[in-house]
Amino acid sequence: MSAQKNRLATGGRIDRSRPVRFTFDGKAYYGYQGDSLASALLANGVTLVGRSFKYHRPRGIVSAGAEEPNALIEVGTGNRREPNTRAPQIELYDGLTTASQNRWPSLDFDLGAVNSCLSRFFPSGFYYKTFKWPKDGWLFYEKFIRRMAGLGTGSTEADPDRYDKVYGHCDVMVVGGGPAGIAAALAAGRAGARVVLVDEQSELGGSLLSERDRSIDGKPAMDWVAAAEAELAAMPEVKVLTRTTAFAYLDANMLSCVERITDHIGPNASGPRQRLWRIRAREVILATGSIERPLVYSDNDRPGCMLASAGRTYVNRYGTAPGQRVVILTNNDTAYQTALDFAAAGVSVAAVVDLRANPQGALVQATRDKGIEVIANSAITHVKGAKQVKEVDVMSLSADGKSVTGGVRHIYCDTVLSSGGWQPTVHLHSQTRAKVVWNEELHAFVPGPVMPGQNNVSVGAAKGVFGLADCLAEGHEAGAEAARRFGFTNAAGSAAGAEAEPAAEPLRPMWIVPSDKPVGQGGKHFVDYQNDVTAADVMLAHREGYLSVEHLKRYTTMGMATDQGKTSNVNALAIMAGLRGMNIPEVGTTTFRPPYTPVTFGVFAGPDKGDFLDPIRKTPIHQWHADHGAAFECVGQWHRAWYYPKAGESMHDAVNREVKATRDSVGIVDASTLGKIDIQGPDAAWFLNMVYTNAWTKLEPGKCRYGFMCGEDGMVFDDGVTSRIAENHFHMTTTTGGAARVLSWLEEWHQCEWPDRKVYFTSVTEQWAVFALNGPNSRKVLEKVVSGIDLSEEAFPFMSWRDCEVAGVKARIFRISFTGALSFEVNVPPSYALHVWRALMSAGEEFNITPYGTEALHVLRAEKGFVIVGQETDGTMTPQDLGFEWIIGKAKPDFIGRRSHLRSDTARPDRKHLVGLLTENPQEVLPEGAQIVEHVKDKPPMTMIGHVTSSYWSPNANRSIAMAVIKNGRNRMGQTVYLPYDGKVVAARIAKTDFLQDGAAANA
Amino acid sequence: MLLISCPYCGPRDEHEFSYGHEAHIARPTLEQQQTMSDAEWADYLFMRKNPKGVHFERWVHSRGCRQWFNVARHTVTHEIIKVYPMGEPAPNLEQK
Repeated sequence: MSAQKNRLATGGRIDRSRPVRFTFDGKAYYGYQGDSLASALLANGVTLVGRSFKYHRPRGIVSAGAEEPNALIEVGTGNRREPNTRAPQIELYDGLTTASQNRWPSLDFDLGAVNSCLSRFFPSGFYYKTFKWPKDGWLFYEKFIRRMAGLGTGSTEADPDRYDKVYGHCDVMVVGGGPAGIAAALAAGRAGARVVLVDEQSELGGSLLSERDRSIDGKPAMDWVAAAEAELAAMPEVKVLTRTTAFAYLDANMLSCVERITDHIGPNASGPRQRLWRIRAREVILATGSIERPLVYSDNDRPGCMLASAGRTYVNRYGTAPGQRVVILTNNDTAYQTALDFAAAGVSVAAVVDLRANPQGALVQATRDKGIEVIANSAITHVKGAKQVKEVDVMSLSADGKSVTGGVRHIYCDTVLSSGGWQPTVHLHSQTRAKVVWNEELHAFVPGPVMPGQNNVSVGAAKGVFGLADCLAEGHEAGAEAARRFGFTNAAGSAAGAEAEPAAEPLRPMWIVPSDKPVGQGGKHFVDYQNDVTAADVMLAHREGYLSVEHLKRYTTMGMATDQGKTSNVNALAIMAGLRGMNIPEVGTTTFRPPYTPVTFGVFAGPDKGDFLDPIRKTPIHQWHADHGAAFECVGQWHRAWYYPKAGESMHDAVNREVKATRDSVGIVDASTLGKIDIQGPDAAWFLNMVYTNAWTKLEPGKCRYGFMCGEDGMVFDDGVTSRIAENHFHMTTTTGGAARVLSWLEEWHQCEWPDRKVYFTSVTEQWAVFALNGPNSRKVLEKVVSGIDLSEEAFPFMSWRDCEVAGVKARIFRISFTGALSFEVNVPPSYALHVWRALMSAGEEFNITPYGTEALHVLRAEKGFVIVGQETDGTMTPQDLGFEWIIGKAKPDFIGRRSHLRSDTARPDRKHLVGLLTENPQEVLPEGAQIVEHVKDKPPMTMIGHVTSSYWSPNANRSIAMAVIKNGRNRMGQTVYLPYDGKVVAARIAKTDFLQDGAAANA
Repeated sequence: MLLISCPYCGPRDEHEFSYGHEAHIARPTLEQQQTMSDAEWADYLFMRKNPKGVHFERWVHSRGCRQWFNVARHTVTHEIIKVYPMGEPAPNLEQK
């Protein structure tokens, strides 16, 4: 344990009675409850916390908030390790384990730092240059770049934590719990509106948390916050979410927020770790505050270089000095408040260096009165010290402020605080795709007009209004106004008041602070710390013609890291404007996109993972399959029995046995997943005529018909058997995977094109369990359990259906076949499914009835050349391509896709046709997807004429069988083609697709 | 996420809906089909407007009442300007 050498004796919102132990890079430290990791590290005198992205330069903590570009930390270990978290936003808890990133072998001694010495060989755009030259350069450099440039590494193990998702709805959503946001929530809440207030910090207060002695309504500001919090908590329609970041402003006033529920307690906490909120608000009040800009001075990235406002936060909120002796560099008055607060806390301020010629504002005078030296019209030209600031050089500015002059003053210090002015946090405003506009007085972007439909208003610092009294008044008015607009009329009360700030003088914009050497020589002027982009890089981009902001950003990678350029975008833009001799608004600005800060993948996934990712559908007798050792495969959401291996059987053995038993005697398959749609209405037959390629009007009740559905482009879309139950009643079956799509398709055509047609569609997929008996003995099995009908060929012919009873259960049997064998498809209500299945199994015992799975089903249908839509077809096959010329209703004037069949390309005779393929070596089973060529060459490219769509070992043909689509295939019967794959070439003969005739003969 | 007012159910989140395509593309009548060229048929089949501004399109409340309806939506602002039933002609809106 080391002493907290920078901890101040008193002050701060930390609980000194509760010390908290944590580790950083394996070393143990103590902080206090209420500390952030950043404040605790600073209290312990740890200023070196990371290595930079490209040059591996030593880096320290820059900020006290979400904008932190340097102090990126790996939190946790093992399966909970999370990279790239911002040290100022990590709350300390007992046992917190943290580590620095991007260093090897250690933070203190990092070999990658050699990159810094070689920096002239790694200019901006280096990666892109390796793409261009030398040839293959990127391939060579990539390995090194990937290793050397980078951030933290996430865990590769499964995340053990739970995440939650919830929707919220409110009248007024307030983003930001500072003075403006609290005032807005109070006013809207008092008026009676439903309000949600979110704030990313651990407690409400916003900027007030960093104040030393402000008061509101005559009492200490934080007392006012506490009273407001209590009042809000008592309102039943108001919800306050702290530790909650609104990271995305989506369409129609929906904000995505992440609530960090237990991150501040650690992995032993109960409950979900984080929660994703999607909140739809009628009005959004953006009270998101502002972020201080650093100044771009020479070697401004030394550990110890920090934002002036951050230094103030550490002293006032955390009771921690960032260092022992501080120099402040500023171009505006706000940094003097830092000087005064440091003086009040007893931290030594060596000097305030002001870029302005003659600052005389009230805070400046107060600082001078405290005996702190103010060095006006001067700049810091060097910062010395590699791993910790040791000294700064100060020189006077020339008249135009573009260079320095005169003698050098060396000032000993360990911390440099800089302030380059304030940029309103316009991120959420910008995420709505609304513009931001440049304000010449503030030298900052402020929100422009809001987008239509995105009802929001920016208030307080987020709008560029910085006075406390003004923020309170604006927030109050916005909250009251929103509530009033939505009809809430209770008294909103009056705005809280605060004393005015001392009058301030304007800031002096100076986007590059000059040094005694030209920019790019000597020290480095960093613009973007996190991506190691310097002012010299921006100049290089300018010289090479990357002038627009978007080009600059992509070329230098400026603003593209995890901090999204929160501290760098405006500085880079302003430097580019200067180089181009333009005003800043003429150069433009980048658009901010979600997320505001990085969001864990876990919270997006929420509970929707593993078995909860997608619904799992099971047939009514799923458990029977499982009990009988079935292996399952996923078909869409369905889990279907794939095959039923017996002891010692491989998949191949089991499938062969199932296929053989079905052809030789009888097999049974659970086909309950088949899509089924009940179609009724006087126009049902007319409608089927339109959606199928063949004719349906004359189909008699009691009969079934096979049909193809095409898209309007003429390509096969689904297939299946549809049966006429009664004059105005049909039972349609679809492919298992296509059921939902087909129902939607029917509904769309009905509602959008033929709404006057009287026809109704109802999904009945799960209202019928379907068991298909196949094989020569299937009738004998069924006869034992059926009653009410005659199963003979004459009484119950192929392609017809009958109602009857099976094992005492009302059933509907279809005489349709997907194997080419004698077949009966037994449909029963699902609640009786297991009973009927067992009855069929018992009845079939004497015939060796064999349950078969989807694999055998595929082999059995392929033996007879039956197609599967989605396997033989891929959205480019017409029924004619599949050899189903006969299924096109020639006499029918119209159906969906008909006109497309007449298009010259669709009608030509040499399209790809579905054909059979018989390998020369009957043992060789082709891989599905294998490409087919006519002429083999030594190596690709070769002219491909088609590919294999289905391929199996057929135990009944006793050889391999395959189906393929081949250009002009039907006119190439008997020709030999070649399939080069896996370093060999397999020859195969084009054949018909009925392999039990053609294939058997070929093998004989 | 868009907020879409289903004409039958009221305002619902976008994820309850599915996008169809451009609205008001009438299927050519049988007579038209018989006389139109392949190019004209291809135009009906494949060519869709992609305006920067107001777009008339059809949506379906696929995870709700399953009814199709038309929407006039601004492709830049994502503002939903009007929701109207199938069969109704496109409203005459000033191009925003």
